[in-house]
Amino acid sequence: MNGTMNHDVVRTQAGISAESPLNAVLDTRADVLEMTQATHDAALRPEDPGGIPHVVRAALATRIARLHEDAGLAAHYEGLMRQARASAAISRLADPAFHGDGDARLTAVLAYTDLATRTPKDVTANDIAQLQQAGVSDADIVRLAELNAFLAYQIRLIAGLRLMKEFAQ
Amino acid sequence: MSATLHEFTTVVPHWQPRVRPIDLAQASAEQLDALKVTPSNTKVSEYVLVLANDVETLKVRTPLFNAIMYNHGGLSRAEREVGATAASVVNRCIYCAAVHSSRYNQLTKDETVMAKIFADGAGAQLDPRLSAILAFATKLSQTPSQATAQDMAALAEAGLDQAEILDLVLSASLFGWANRLMHTLGDPQPKGQA
Repeated sequence: MNGTMNHDVVRTQAGISAESPLNAVLDTRADVLEMTQATHDAALRPEDPGGIPHVVRAALATRIARLHEDAGLAAHYEGLMRQARASAAISRLADPAFHGDGDARLTAVLAYTDLATRTPKDVTANDIAQLQQAGVSDADIVRLAELNAFLAYQIRLIAGLRLMKEFAQ
Repeated sequence: MSATLHEFTTVVPHWQPRVRPIDLAQASAEQLDALKVTPSNTKVSEYVLVLANDVETLKVRTPLFNAIMYNHGGLSRAEREVGATAASVVNRCIYCAAVHSSRYNQLTKDETVMAKIFADGAGAQLDPRLSAILAFATKLSQTPSQATAQDMAALAEAGLDQAEILDLVLSASLFGWANRLMHTLGDPQPKGQA
């Protein structure tokens, strides 16, 4: 496994220490937490990234965390961007105010990312056709969707755990 | 071409992919392993064949999905289906809502709860425990989450313990994931007309 990855992003981001009573509740679902982390690693740093390099995944994850207004998790993904030595051009993808600047492929990728993040109900066949027309392969469309969808889960799991922690105190 | 379904139903539709599924005959060993294809099991849905384009996440995702929905203890299976359906209603994933509302109906032998949720969404008039579950899962499914400590208190008042609340957080969050795949990568269509 990759030694530079933080190996329980969810517990760390939710602020649940090893001694807290909530941690004992989480331990009853230890398999779920471990598989959640394994999916994080598979979505952010797959062995075969296809047409979406690790650094782009980290930048899109930062953007998605920001769209969810989760500053803590955005900082985690910014850390992955730095580790992957993101160029200025790649770093722009993490900024929700950047929409592709006329580049057809980036514009389609960011439009899909933003819509699937905020209001997935509004994604239509046309959004997928836009990605295809901009030259994104079908396999890469699935990779983009999995990254987006995994983050939607991870971010809500962390949000729910933070509320459980707040309520328990 | 069949018409895409836009209204909620408990009848599971056909799912028509918008991107190419992998070709089973050309699948890699890793893909076959993730698909759990064996000589005695060659039935794989189009949906899973689409997801096999990203085999590294698929191979962890399937056991994770099963653990969250079917693990022993904690929240009842039927109430996890309410969490799943609440998310699917927010995200208008017609296919996911059909699968999980029909599972709820099978498990409880009660079709009135899902009928109310489909008709009235988060405003559905349910018993206090199901109302608290529906309200929390609906709010958690917004971007960003609109769930509050008050919603958490309502779950506790309705009798959910921490293990049950954790399972509800997991099942609702999991459908933030599943809906974004199912609803964005394909179209639900009436069965038999594809």
